[in-house]
Amino acid sequence: MSPMPKAIAGAAKKTYGEPLPNVDLTKLIGALIVIEGPDSSGRSTQISMLTQWLQQEGYAVAGTGLTRSDLVGDALDKAKEGNVLSPRTMSLFYATDFYDQLENSIVPALRAGYIVLADRYIYTLMARDLVRSADRAWLESLYSKALIPDAVYLLNVSVTNLAERTLAMHQSMDYWESGMDLGLSRDWYDSFVRYQRRLHVEYLKLQRDFGFEIVNANRSIKVIQKDLRLRIEKVLEKIF
Amino acid sequence: MNQPPLPGKLIAVEGLDGSGKSTQINLVNQWLNGLGCKVYFSEWNSSAIVREATRRGKKKQLLTPTTFSLIHATDFADRYERHILPMLKGGYIVLCDRYMYTAFARDAVRGCSPQWLRKLYGFARTPDITFYFRVPLDIALGRLVEGRTRLKYFEAGMDMGFSPNIQESFRIFQGLVMDAYERMADEFSFVTIDATLPIPDQQELVRHHISSLIDLSEFKQRMRS
Repeated sequence: MSPMPKAIAGAAKKTYGEPLPNVDLTKLIGALIVIEGPDSSGRSTQISMLTQWLQQEGYAVAGTGLTRSDLVGDALDKAKEGNVLSPRTMSLFYATDFYDQLENSIVPALRAGYIVLADRYIYTLMARDLVRSADRAWLESLYSKALIPDAVYLLNVSVTNLAERTLAMHQSMDYWESGMDLGLSRDWYDSFVRYQRRLHVEYLKLQRDFGFEIVNANRSIKVIQKDLRLRIEKVLEKIF
Repeated sequence: MNQPPLPGKLIAVEGLDGSGKSTQINLVNQWLNGLGCKVYFSEWNSSAIVREATRRGKKKQLLTPTTFSLIHATDFADRYERHILPMLKGGYIVLCDRYMYTAFARDAVRGCSPQWLRKLYGFARTPDITFYFRVPLDIALGRLVEGRTRLKYFEAGMDMGFSPNIQESFRIFQGLVMDAYERMADEFSFVTIDATLPIPDQQELVRHHISSLIDLSEFKQRMRS
């Protein structure tokens, strides 16, 4: 797979290939920064610390995440409970949700000059689908209208650490985050480990092709935060 | 397009709102049922699980060209993988009131690129027969006004901002959709039916075409003796 186009921070926004109908990309003057990583990788903690920091520095910040859209958020939650949709239907449902947020919240915020901190983006959606044998070319085309972010950071955590954090936080493992729908193992813990390993492989392949940055998230919260701030400062210098 | 043959047959109808295609496919359904054939009928935008989100999006006019397209693709994928494909594998004649060409036409008019749309629906089989009901704009509009009386927001393309007048917007939008159908007719080998003919005459043409391409005796259910 050839590398995908990578945005240069400070240059005009672009999509991954297809135009986004009715959106003038030259008017998007804010910054789109994506934090990627599996559940329990510490994304939300880092994002809330980044939000506070940026606001203190005088930037307006908007947050966005997966499955929070007005359009299909509820229907998706329902579908996940019932486990009744085919993998492709789920892919498309998530894609609908993603674009709804892109066009109805990310784009307006960027137009208004905000920093958008995205709690996951198309890469998590793609990685999940790829683990479930989706066709890579089909997915790339599906998401080819997505804006190329100004920066993407992948919080990289060892699977053992992930399992430990998940159990400490929830005392149980989530059905989907354990990939129980894949039938990898009847043992929940075992399935979690095997599923997260596969997901990790897909994240790294995407990381290579889309050229985003890996942040070692096996370290303490403070150290990771410091690392992220240093990287983000450099990106913002070029945009604002 | 190369696709492995399946025991079943896939027949789709396409055309503008008010072209009479639903009437025709319903008559085909009646006819095939009457002959004792194994038939399954599937309608555009009818999957139970997706319906709620679609309705909400349409009601609140939240849909953009991209989400409008994707929500219909989600609906289609659900029906396709849950019903249409298994039915074809099980040896049914599957009748579809609208198929991916509806998306190719409408969504392209809304600004989605044809290549993107074709890839989006790349998982779907090409029908064995696609009937395209060709109708002049005025007749389609006239039939709708007599029937439903009120044109719907998205069907009239009001989201495109062509005109604040819904009838005028419908005329412009459907005109563009019609151009898109006409451009696809050759590419996808549509069987074009003159939808201004009397209903029984159109049905006769449709039935004749189906009988000449499909050996219906193969699809007759075994009767219990």
